[in-house]
Amino acid sequence: MKAIETNRLTKYYGKSRGVQDLNLTVDEGEFFGFIGPNGAGKSTTIRILLGLIKASGGSAEIFGKNVFAYKEENLKSIGYLPSESAFYGGMKVKDVIKLSADLRRTDCENQARTLCERLNLDVHKKVNELSFGNRKKVSIVCALQHNPRLCILDEPTSGLDPLMQKEFFSILKEHNQRGMTVFLSSHILSEIQRNCNRAAIIRDGEIIACGSVEELSKTNAKRVSLHGRFDIDGLEGVKDIQESSDGTAFLYNGSINRLVSALSKGDIKDLTISDPDLEEIFMHYYTGGSKL
Amino acid sequence: MTLLKHELKQSRISFTVWTAAIVFFICTCIFMFPEMKNQMNEVSEIFASMGSFSQAFGMDRLNFGTLIGFYSAECGNILGIGGAFFAALLGISSLAKEEKEHTAEFLLTHPISRTRVVIDKLLAVIIEIIVMNLITFGVAAVSVAAIGEEIPLNELILIHTAYLIMQLEIGCICFGISAFIRRGSIGIGLGLAAVMYFLNIISNISDSAEFLKYITPYGYTNGADITADLKLDAVLILLGSAYAAAAVILGYINYSKKDII
Repeated sequence: MKAIETNRLTKYYGKSRGVQDLNLTVDEGEFFGFIGPNGAGKSTTIRILLGLIKASGGSAEIFGKNVFAYKEENLKSIGYLPSESAFYGGMKVKDVIKLSADLRRTDCENQARTLCERLNLDVHKKVNELSFGNRKKVSIVCALQHNPRLCILDEPTSGLDPLMQKEFFSILKEHNQRGMTVFLSSHILSEIQRNCNRAAIIRDGEIIACGSVEELSKTNAKRVSLHGRFDIDGLEGVKDIQESSDGTAFLYNGSINRLVSALSKGDIKDLTISDPDLEEIFMHYYTGGSKL
Repeated sequence: MTLLKHELKQSRISFTVWTAAIVFFICTCIFMFPEMKNQMNEVSEIFASMGSFSQAFGMDRLNFGTLIGFYSAECGNILGIGGAFFAALLGISSLAKEEKEHTAEFLLTHPISRTRVVIDKLLAVIIEIIVMNLITFGVAAVSVAAIGEEIPLNELILIHTAYLIMQLEIGCICFGISAFIRRGSIGIGLGLAAVMYFLNIISNISDSAEFLKYITPYGYTNGADITADLKLDAVLILLGSAYAAAAVILGYINYSKKDII
């Protein structure tokens, strides 16, 4: 079953673009990464899925049910962790967690207690007194205490220290192994690489690549770095040229024979040819490039 | 029900402060009455001869020598201004504060419909206004008895009912507006209550501006009319109720389809 499915999903805020013709499919049980630079449309997509904003066009479904027509029903099976957690002033942590459970009409006391212990969260403190990271922990408990079928996470680790990040992902993986689908929106590539099976890259409101993390990082392109004199102009398939006093570096996607032939005509003192790393590939996507 | 309880709990401090302040000023006025009673006949004559000034505040036809005349003018102003400001604040911040303080995202990502949100929040506003008025009425009645005056129950009930309806109207109008705004809610709410108050003053002064009483809810809270007729102006109240209902319905329609950004 599809946990999330969007079909030509479009959202405009007045004249400015939120997302455009977004097609996205996440299978139930997946740990799915959603990556893109700031302003790419990640939060807009999430807000449409949660029914906070209405799409200008296209459709979106959660577990086969339209996000607007079945909003309340869908939200019962969703846990949401926002990028910035805001709570009602003056409330204690335990009261916020209880309010969240009550709004779901579910008794989540045991699960909430376990999560608070694992995240080392003091439930007797007032939410206004908490640091950004601790407020995030409250949101994590609210998002997971009812054992949702789908957990939507928007930049989940900002504010969490490395140990807590580790614990948080370990909790997520346990839930994922029990069947929970995870939709992780982030711009931290290592997070996606370490945890997700599949990912989609969004840029300027459009999905520009989607597949397994291995597939996304697979490319025929090579990163060429050289020292010495070399005439690059006649060579086809060259991108991202970086020239410095030390030499030249560029991405090459073409015939290796032609590259070797062109290099042999120059005065090369040192040469490295390597696969571009994942970060480099994503940076390429982010900055407007097509598939390498 | 969860949201209703949460709303009432969230505003318990401001409710207590506003109710205590209004009750305190009303009690102070009532306890001042025995001392001022003897001088009040002269005051009534002075007010009656002050023309449009006393007319503006509806004091030209009140007998300040009687408890109910004194109460209508003095306590009426406290209920009229204090009560209306309280109702305006409750109504205007009800929906808007969620977006202003970014708690709308928390609330609306739970399985609760926007219709339920509107109903529970409106109920919270109405309950707080009613409870505040009940407490005020009870304390006022006890205070009147405490100064040894006979409680003019009919007049007192009518005056308090008029102010209760007026506060409900302002609360509902502000509630409707609160569905359209994200920021600056307090200024809009207090401003609206103040404008309504001054529209009533203008309507009292000039015959040509009398039509304003069909706009401002203060039009049906005039103590002199209520104590003279021993009834409320049903036409004005129905009109006010229609304004309140229209504001709530428009607010509901807007809030149901509003993007929470």
